[in-house]
Amino acid sequence: MQTGKILGISGPTVSVDLKGLKLYERVFVGHGLLTGEVVRLERSHAVIQVYEETRGLGVGEPVKGLGMPLTVRLGPGLIGGMYDGLQRPLERMRKEMGPFIRVWKEMYGLDYMKRWDFIPSVKPGDELQYGMIIGEIQEGAFKHYLMCGSEQGTVARIASGDISLDEPFGEFTGGLEIPGCHEWPVRMPRPYRKKFAPVTPLVTGQRIIDFLFPLARGGAAIIPGGFGTGKTIFEQSVAKFADVDIVVYVGCGERGNEMADLIAEFDELEDPWTKRRLRDRTILVVNTSNMPVAAREASIYTAVTMAEYYRDMGYNVLFLADSLSRWAEALREISTSLEEMPGEEGYPTYLASRLSSFIERAGVVETMNGRIGSLSMILSVSPPGGDFTEPVTQACLRTTGAFFMLDTSLAHRRHFPAINWFQSYSLYAGDLSEHYCREVAPEWEELRRRCNQILQQEESVREVAEIVGIEGLQDADRLVMRVAERIRTEFLGQNAYSDDAFSPPDKTLVLIRSIVEYHDRAAERLKQGATLDEAMKGEQ
Amino acid sequence: MRLSEHTYRTISTIAGPLLFVKRVQAARIGEVVRVVMPDGRSTDAEVLEIDGETVLVEVYGTTQGVDIEKTTVTFTDAIKKVPLSPEIIGRIFNGSFLPKDGAPLFIPEKWMPLTGAPMNPAARARPADFIETGITAIDGLNTLVRGQKLPIFSCAGLPSKEVVAFILRNARLAQADRSFVVVFAALGLTFHEYSFYQRVLDEMRTGFVAFVNMADEPVMERLLAPRFALTVAEYLAFEKNMDVLVIITDMTNYCDALREISTAREELPGRRGYPGYMYSDLASLYERAGRIRDRDGSVTMLPVVTMPEDDITHPIPDLTGYITEGQIVLSRELHQKGVSPPVDVLPSLSRLMQKGIGEGRTRADHRNTANHLYKYYAKGRDLRRLEAIVGRDGMTKADLPMLDFADAFEQEIIGQGAARRTVQESLDAGLVLMKKYSLEVK
Ligand SMILES: Nc1ncnc2c1ncn2[C@@H]1O[C@H](COP(=O)(O)OP(=O)(O)O)[C@@H](O)[C@H]1O
Ligand SMILES: [Mg+2]
Repeated sequence: MQTGKILGISGPTVSVDLKGLKLYERVFVGHGLLTGEVVRLERSHAVIQVYEETRGLGVGEPVKGLGMPLTVRLGPGLIGGMYDGLQRPLERMRKEMGPFIRVWKEMYGLDYMKRWDFIPSVKPGDELQYGMIIGEIQEGAFKHYLMCGSEQGTVARIASGDISLDEPFGEFTGGLEIPGCHEWPVRMPRPYRKKFAPVTPLVTGQRIIDFLFPLARGGAAIIPGGFGTGKTIFEQSVAKFADVDIVVYVGCGERGNEMADLIAEFDELEDPWTKRRLRDRTILVVNTSNMPVAAREASIYTAVTMAEYYRDMGYNVLFLADSLSRWAEALREISTSLEEMPGEEGYPTYLASRLSSFIERAGVVETMNGRIGSLSMILSVSPPGGDFTEPVTQACLRTTGAFFMLDTSLAHRRHFPAINWFQSYSLYAGDLSEHYCREVAPEWEELRRRCNQILQQEESVREVAEIVGIEGLQDADRLVMRVAERIRTEFLGQNAYSDDAFSPPDKTLVLIRSIVEYHDRAAERLKQGATLDEAMKGEQ
Repeated sequence: MRLSEHTYRTISTIAGPLLFVKRVQAARIGEVVRVVMPDGRSTDAEVLEIDGETVLVEVYGTTQGVDIEKTTVTFTDAIKKVPLSPEIIGRIFNGSFLPKDGAPLFIPEKWMPLTGAPMNPAARARPADFIETGITAIDGLNTLVRGQKLPIFSCAGLPSKEVVAFILRNARLAQADRSFVVVFAALGLTFHEYSFYQRVLDEMRTGFVAFVNMADEPVMERLLAPRFALTVAEYLAFEKNMDVLVIITDMTNYCDALREISTAREELPGRRGYPGYMYSDLASLYERAGRIRDRDGSVTMLPVVTMPEDDITHPIPDLTGYITEGQIVLSRELHQKGVSPPVDVLPSLSRLMQKGIGEGRTRADHRNTANHLYKYYAKGRDLRRLEAIVGRDGMTKADLPMLDFADAFEQEIIGQGAARRTVQESLDAGLVLMKKYSLEVK
């Protein structure tokens, strides 16, 4: 291992005189062995982005290159865990250092002492290649398929039964060990054989999404909105109710209390699909706004790599990040301290390309071991001043397939989820409607058309009303206003603090069908000469 | 590593609060530096940036009197720490932690770093204990809980002081045996404002600690005073098990100080000239509110933000709202209508309300009553716009009560005047009003 020393320090970046470093190599900085990553190389020095608080760091302190990039450890035991942006287990940190994070120290995300029961699926003589499954472990409710890492060869010996990650799981001919876990560089997408177009729905349990702007497994959506418009509640609701196997939730640069709340709830609540504890299908990565900025930048990569790992076993994984804007701001802070040329709003010019290559990690894939897994993403975005023309929202719009636009005026009148039904869209809707019509009800698509139509009619009727007054409207138009109001409040609105927080597709269907049918019957009675009151009465 | 002090007389540049010092050995980021001027006065400073042997130092006080030739700079090898003791209660300090009340400094039982350390999210207890402020717009509709950070968004000339004073006088914890200790940080206050607060604090039966930086005192102190206040608050809350209410006023002065100093550092300006790291910087203050598992104390924070140009999308209220757990928004329009306190409940929000209300906490019907009040008031406000266009005659019979309800709601429910209401009284007032206008509560 090479060592050198610190030449200068500015915010989260440090310049060092270490020779022979590679770009993105991981480095230990200072006496406290702070984790850093090489972000720029020059003839005379290297610049390192430090993932921890640099306060107290001095020039002249030693630095060591580790010869490999920033990685996460992948193996059984990640599910149910809660990690910081560098995959350090927060619960263990709390036990060892108390409630405040005063010193940062190296801690692994995996528990190497825990005992597992390993059932091998390969035998001596088998040829192992990258990504192939060597056996399984029961990790909570999941079969955790252990996959061959970068060490490959012919199996000479394979373990079986009681084992911990500290022990070899077998041996290749030639003596190389077969490990039970491996490290993967967070900034490198894990490979797969092939990618498919996303065509099956990811049911979120949120009516406005599933019915109007459906998301596909393997798809990516953004939910941008000003503060208080409901990004976090939406992300958390989807984390609770989505029809997926595993959820990876990243609290990126947001509130600590919010995360405390989430943890407590996930311990108490159950997954409505499997009736198992929510915690047991969730991995949390938390780098709150007051934790170091560079680790915030890394947190989404740490999380997505864990998500890909479970995707590679053939699971449907949902990746939720709240908020992507805080990641972008961390990127900006680092870029500023590197004195890079700023682009729009001070963000580095590579913001859009970084974002798009990150979002491309979503998808439905055939994994290296021939299974089909999916990784879907819902990313919240916090535009300054609630103005959607800003760079992060705009860059995301170019790579994601669905846009759930939060509307401050809806939030102020407490219409939640405050997703605007005119401006939002889902590019997956066309492909998914067939699926919903087949699996839920044949009239799904027709009801969707009617629902949109009534909402649109309300909009034009409202314009007329502003001229002639409501009393001056035709009865049929006033009926449309009443029905549209029902759609908005009873159907699109969904209170996250009530039993209605989760709406499975059949419930969604029943609700909208009853409102549309109510409209049609009342309209029919109007035609036959009933007054508006009479026409609407017959119903309630 | 050095283990002792080093003194230099090698200042190369002085620019505003910043000094460049040359040929310094082994400085550390955040290290406290003592700057002694030729006339013997001294001021503390801190290492900001290091480039080889050149060190950028930021002075806490004023650089007036610092020269290049004779001023000495001593690197102390220590990080800025705050002296602490239970005896701090009842004391008033300036923004550099010097006593302002004439008494000598207490003997510290402990020192803690000024910047604090991030609370491990896994160690947080979720805030859920109701605090009764006596204000209906808060207790009934945007409930405050122990460990929450809930700013007051005001506009120039609106009575934010009076709202804060009302809360200081009236806030009660649900647990009868506990009461608040107030830590008060005044940033860039005018003498007029300060004397108002001083009267309020003097009347308080429970203790307080104050850090006061006046409008004509060093700008750098505006960045320090809230950190002193929060370090003291954390100490009282988590080491002495007290419930601490931190009032910081005015965060707009804090942010302007941050901008001023950032400009002096020649940093790249962000939106409206505020630095790009303002979100993280504000978070390093606001996130110090909270509760810890297995400990009784709490830090609850009520910062005051004056929205420049009454604009809620201005970076200061915007970034604040993105970090805090809601906001109480004062409205010029309501103030002009004579509503006191002039809280506009539509843009106001308490994100932690749901955990603090309901059966066994406030009242079983709390959520439902609040939801209905919101619904009818929001509808009434919409109808007001319509009424302005088509007139009262163009409205339907069903809509008229809601229109009238909105007015009564502002005058009677929000505009409670100087009287304190219990949460029961607040909710009942709402129910009575809805009944009066025949608005259905499901
Ligand atoms: N689906 C919902 N049902 C009820 N209330 C909601 C819902 N979504 C949001 N809210 C309300 O809005 C507040 C702000 O939501 P949050 O998700 O924290 O906003 P953001 O993350 O966009 O700032 C919540 O505290 C809650 O009171
Ligand atoms: Mg949020």
